[in-house]
Amino acid sequence: MAFDYEKYIRPGKLPHIWCPGCGHGIVMKGLIRAIDTVGLKKENTAIVSGIGCASRLPGYMDCCTLHTAHGRAAAFATGVKMAKPEMDVILVGGDGDGTAIGGNHFIHACRRNIDMTYIILNNKIYGMTGGQFSPATPTGAKASTTPYGNPDAAFDIAKLAIGAGATFVARGTAFHANQIDKLIAEAIQHKGFSVVEILDDCPTTYGRRNKFKSVIEMMNHLKEIAVPVKAAEKMSPEQLQGKVLTGVLYKEERPEYTDEYAKVIERAKGAK
Amino acid sequence: MAKKVAFLQGNEAAAQGALYAGCNFFAGYPITPSTEVAEVMSAELPKVGGKFIQMEDEIGAMAAIIGGALAGSKTLTSTSGPGLSLKQELIGYACIAEIPCVIYNVMRGGPSTGMPTGPSQSDVMCAKWGTHGDHPAICLVPASVQETYEEVIRAFNLSEKYRTPVMVMPDEIVAHMRERIVFPEPGEVAVIERTVPTVQPEQYKPYDTSFGDVPPLAAFGSGYKFHVTGLNKMQDGFPTTKAAIVQAEEERQVRKVDGNVDDIVKYEEYLLDDAEIVVVAFGSTSRSARFAVNEARKQGIKAGLFRLITFWPFPEKQLLALSKKVKAFITPEMNLGMATGVVKGVVEGNAPVHGIFRVDGEPINPGQILDKMKEVK
Repeated sequence: MAFDYEKYIRPGKLPHIWCPGCGHGIVMKGLIRAIDTVGLKKENTAIVSGIGCASRLPGYMDCCTLHTAHGRAAAFATGVKMAKPEMDVILVGGDGDGTAIGGNHFIHACRRNIDMTYIILNNKIYGMTGGQFSPATPTGAKASTTPYGNPDAAFDIAKLAIGAGATFVARGTAFHANQIDKLIAEAIQHKGFSVVEILDDCPTTYGRRNKFKSVIEMMNHLKEIAVPVKAAEKMSPEQLQGKVLTGVLYKEERPEYTDEYAKVIERAKGAK
Repeated sequence: MAKKVAFLQGNEAAAQGALYAGCNFFAGYPITPSTEVAEVMSAELPKVGGKFIQMEDEIGAMAAIIGGALAGSKTLTSTSGPGLSLKQELIGYACIAEIPCVIYNVMRGGPSTGMPTGPSQSDVMCAKWGTHGDHPAICLVPASVQETYEEVIRAFNLSEKYRTPVMVMPDEIVAHMRERIVFPEPGEVAVIERTVPTVQPEQYKPYDTSFGDVPPLAAFGSGYKFHVTGLNKMQDGFPTTKAAIVQAEEERQVRKVDGNVDDIVKYEEYLLDDAEIVVVAFGSTSRSARFAVNEARKQGIKAGLFRLITFWPFPEKQLLALSKKVKAFITPEMNLGMATGVVKGVVEGNAPVHGIFRVDGEPINPGQILDKMKEVK
């Protein structure tokens, strides 16, 4: 039987705003399957985003949805989770939103290890504003504000998350659609701050400036550069040149923030 | 039974007032001269099962109290000038998304880092015009430790009642001075809670104006699924660019405050019945003004004091009426004329307005005000 996505979509809110060929819809379907797999209750699930194309995703979801200001999703979500730790909290946003203007909130949410899942749709560009370079844009790439090639170095978002203290970090791609729900489901089930970076495409503002002739070519590129973690173990550094690792990149058990704060409450009540 | 009394600092009183009002969530970032509020909240909130979090920056703290409020908590943040500047982005968010929360801002010298330990009254325009776009603004300016306690409670009440952020802005002198405070008994001061929906979850709209200008607000996690955005929105919370809806919603948001000025505006009239020279003052400056008025009366000058307790919305009606029967206004303030400009606009030239401005980190003393009275009488 076909999977019933509509169970999780807000009635009357489709079609979405995303361009033909954009991978964001693939990720949303993955998120929906993951929510279904884990069995989250819609009324007990908060989906929080910032600003940008990816950040429009929560509006389509039939949950408690919070479309915040640019970069601020993690900080708003921290307030929601602290106030109601029993809620399941999922963050969604793009690479610019999360790692430029929202970079500070992002790394500190990682550090606190507060129990939320952050899905970063990394299309390497500010799509909504017309294709300016982001912290994830590769050096040398063309964007509307790098007409002579990008002089900046790019963040490795997954590494940034690991370095900042996230306790579950995974990476997938919009091409590997069947893996997305599994990574997100595992992230949701992990107790602590989980980051799932999905390499995505933006044919409209990135592809056309960077010699991708079609959406298919962009998707094939994601396929070609992705190397599962297990497979990478058997590959030489030369073979891994230009590749990105996919799958669960990092996992550890560490005390979770709202649990730790519950202990603070116990200590304070005992102190008198 | 005798009431509980204490000898407290303004900032400590603010924290106690918040607790009385039922605040159960605080997010902040360290900043002089308001940090004592965070310190008291970090100690007291967990004792009553509340939550305290120190965020990574001022913007994050503002975001967290909005998120917490949306999840059903009564939330507070405390800051000072530079922090208030940073928070403006999300103060606007709380205005348009109509999320109740309280911002306690201690006024220190500015702009920028300015004079962190010096008093000032130069954030009052930032309270109204700091965030971009048209929006409602409520700003309370207490003048004593007792009043700081009471105004913080009132701020929570107004915030919950009108579903909008409210600012409490003592100057640094009020925030750091110590005075005797008498605590009300539990239940003695009314505590207002936000109106929550009674409709079935399927029928709920977060901006349903069939309930009036202040629609009921459900909490995330209480069975209601709904959408909240910082975009111009429709009654169901989803974004729109439809001209008529945007116009109506923007006007309603501002009308929540502008249409309820009499409920929100609070002021004190002192010796105004026969006053010819009226000092309009607020915060610690109003204490110097009261002293000056008393001295002036001894010297035969018919002076009075109009003390602002609510700065925004401004008591326009009252000052306009007063302007028709007095000879002059004197407006001492620790800035370069912010309230003075507002008073001038309100009194429509009926009486001259003489400002006394100090931005050197020193309080305006009674002698300065008395000298000005003699000059203009």
